[in-house]
Amino acid sequence: MDEIFGIPAPLLFGQLLLGLINGAFYAMLSLGLAVIFGLLNIINFAHGAQFMMGAFAAWMLLEWAGLGYWWALLLAPIIVGFTGVVMERLMISRLYKLDHLYGLLLTFGLALIIEGIFRNEFGSSGMPYRIPPELAGAWDLGFMFLPVYRGWVVIAALILCLATWLLIEKTRLGAYLRAATENAALVQAFGVNVPRMVTLTYGAGVALAAIGGVLAAPIYSVNPQMGTNLIIVVFAVVVIGGMGSILGSIVTGFGLGIVEGLTKVFWPEASATVIFVIMAIVLLARPAGLFGRA
Amino acid sequence: MAIDRRTFLTGAAAVPALGMSPWRPARAQGANSVKIGVLNDMSGLYRDIGGPGSVACVRQAIQDLGSKGFNVEVIFGDHQNKPDVGANLARQWFDQDGVDVIIDVPTSSVALAVSNVAREKDKIFLASGPATSDLTGSACTPNTIHWTYDTWMLANSTGGAMVKAGGDTWFFVTADYAFGHALERDTTEFVKRAGGRVLGSVRTPFPGTSDFSAFLLQAQASRAKVIGLANAGGDTINSIKQAAEFGLTRRGIKLAGLLMFISDVHSLGLQTAQGLVCTESFYWDLNDRTRAFTQRVLPKMPSELRPGMVQAGCYSAALHYLKVVADMGVQQAKKSGAATVARMKAMPTEDDAFGAGSIREDGRKLHPVYLFEVKKPEESKGAWDYYKLLVTTPPDQAFRPLKEGGCSLVRS
Repeated sequence: MDEIFGIPAPLLFGQLLLGLINGAFYAMLSLGLAVIFGLLNIINFAHGAQFMMGAFAAWMLLEWAGLGYWWALLLAPIIVGFTGVVMERLMISRLYKLDHLYGLLLTFGLALIIEGIFRNEFGSSGMPYRIPPELAGAWDLGFMFLPVYRGWVVIAALILCLATWLLIEKTRLGAYLRAATENAALVQAFGVNVPRMVTLTYGAGVALAAIGGVLAAPIYSVNPQMGTNLIIVVFAVVVIGGMGSILGSIVTGFGLGIVEGLTKVFWPEASATVIFVIMAIVLLARPAGLFGRA
Repeated sequence: MAIDRRTFLTGAAAVPALGMSPWRPARAQGANSVKIGVLNDMSGLYRDIGGPGSVACVRQAIQDLGSKGFNVEVIFGDHQNKPDVGANLARQWFDQDGVDVIIDVPTSSVALAVSNVAREKDKIFLASGPATSDLTGSACTPNTIHWTYDTWMLANSTGGAMVKAGGDTWFFVTADYAFGHALERDTTEFVKRAGGRVLGSVRTPFPGTSDFSAFLLQAQASRAKVIGLANAGGDTINSIKQAAEFGLTRRGIKLAGLLMFISDVHSLGLQTAQGLVCTESFYWDLNDRTRAFTQRVLPKMPSELRPGMVQAGCYSAALHYLKVVADMGVQQAKKSGAATVARMKAMPTEDDAFGAGSIREDGRKLHPVYLFEVKKPEESKGAWDYYKLLVTTPPDQAFRPLKEGGCSLVRS
């Protein structure tokens, strides 16, 4: 069997692919964060909780309403996105004139409250959620056995990232959004309803997190702390990519997934730390992030 | 007002400290009362194993004891699976809050820290949640009793059964902290003693790992017949789920969930968990007495959970402690933790959850240990009907022989 750095080649390819799959989740979540930060200037610490709410929404739709995975993929982002809109209107919108830190503290507090409520209601072990029958099974790639569902996650994440990027960079709506980021008062003077656009953008960012949650539900157990585990890594991804950079968060998300996957082969104990080491190095060398504007 | 960076950081550092336990002024202890502190994971991945359920079980013990002419107070706290947080809280409870005994403390690394504090303050630590067999081995103290289970017992029962069934080559997926290391070490010994081989192991960061597929594929690449999961709670759930997803079990690789709790099986669902074997020292549906205990405590349990072995262990430990207090008198029992523990060791244990038992001089509580197989969905007759009993190991064979532990309390 061929070996690369003393690791059998098939194992290495397998790990690269798995890294890419985890990277898909990082990319999806950091994308939502980047969109929200870009326009609202809010560091949305509730993102992990909203990811978890997406997974729980899928579980509830199945258990309580009998609606399966595909319905959940459609409805969960709408439901969770709506809670985001309510949160933005009632609370977050009051903080735009203040320092970033207030938004961070508010959303951090909200995340703790949301997780606490779910933990009290459902416990910490989590709920089972089955892979939809259409996506069950696996492909034998020769070098590894790839569950169809994981393949689907990568494809779905790529489509989602590409669509968001196109929406923001190539459409008229996206142009308004970018303009409002630069100078909200001027855009408002042209007759664009900026506060409503801001509210809907937050809702959309939250909906992205919820889609991530639905995609994650069949892989991980649906439990209240599933977002907490991811969110810190995702923040590191955003910092490395450059705060608010859409393309940066997508590329960095997938890239860091792969780096983490490789670390799991060569030095498993460090796999939870490697991303933060990279973050430290990037902050020292390029404080604005790899894709950020200084 | 603008918050500068430094104030913010100080504030952020204070948040966990605040969340841990509201500060309580020292209070003059009622001369006629004892205070039990339940210390465990109230908010993380081990919450369902102990958490508020352990508190409920301790309260049940107080109720079952009935009135013996003294008061019992219960407080509880969250150690967040961090040894420093656990040790600080234990110190505060003993020094300022007048706590006499700390019960539960899952997460071996935290338990080892709390055990040291209990010894230093000459108080009592009744360990139900932690697994490491070092608590009655190299790290044993005269103030600690290890109640419910340990890594040696799990390795002996689950590991032994797997080797007997032909699983002679192993690969470990190990949670990278005291518990995982101890469980891997103890299981390795059994595998080797039975003529098997360990082909390798991978250490997974704890806490914070949710994707185990990369580690499982490394295990698969080793061509071992058995993958030993030296982890617990949410980590075990994700490992088993993802092993099924990647078709490991269908290719004839056996999973050994070395530490599985009934709450894990509940979370996995029988469809995924069926056929797995696991070792516990308590199951709610074992006999009339365990069913009676479960009926009594169920209304107090959170999220409709059935009590698991760690929670039942908290019940049993609290009940035995209170019986000894009733026997010694409150004043005498509060005087020295080590002396009270010595009395607890001298008195045989007896309760609905574990039946008759005893406590050895190294602090090991002895009771029968059960090897279960998880039922198929069609075999399960109702809610939480999950286990088939395969083997019962009697107390004298279920735990590490007294001489092999290396505990300094054991006179050779």
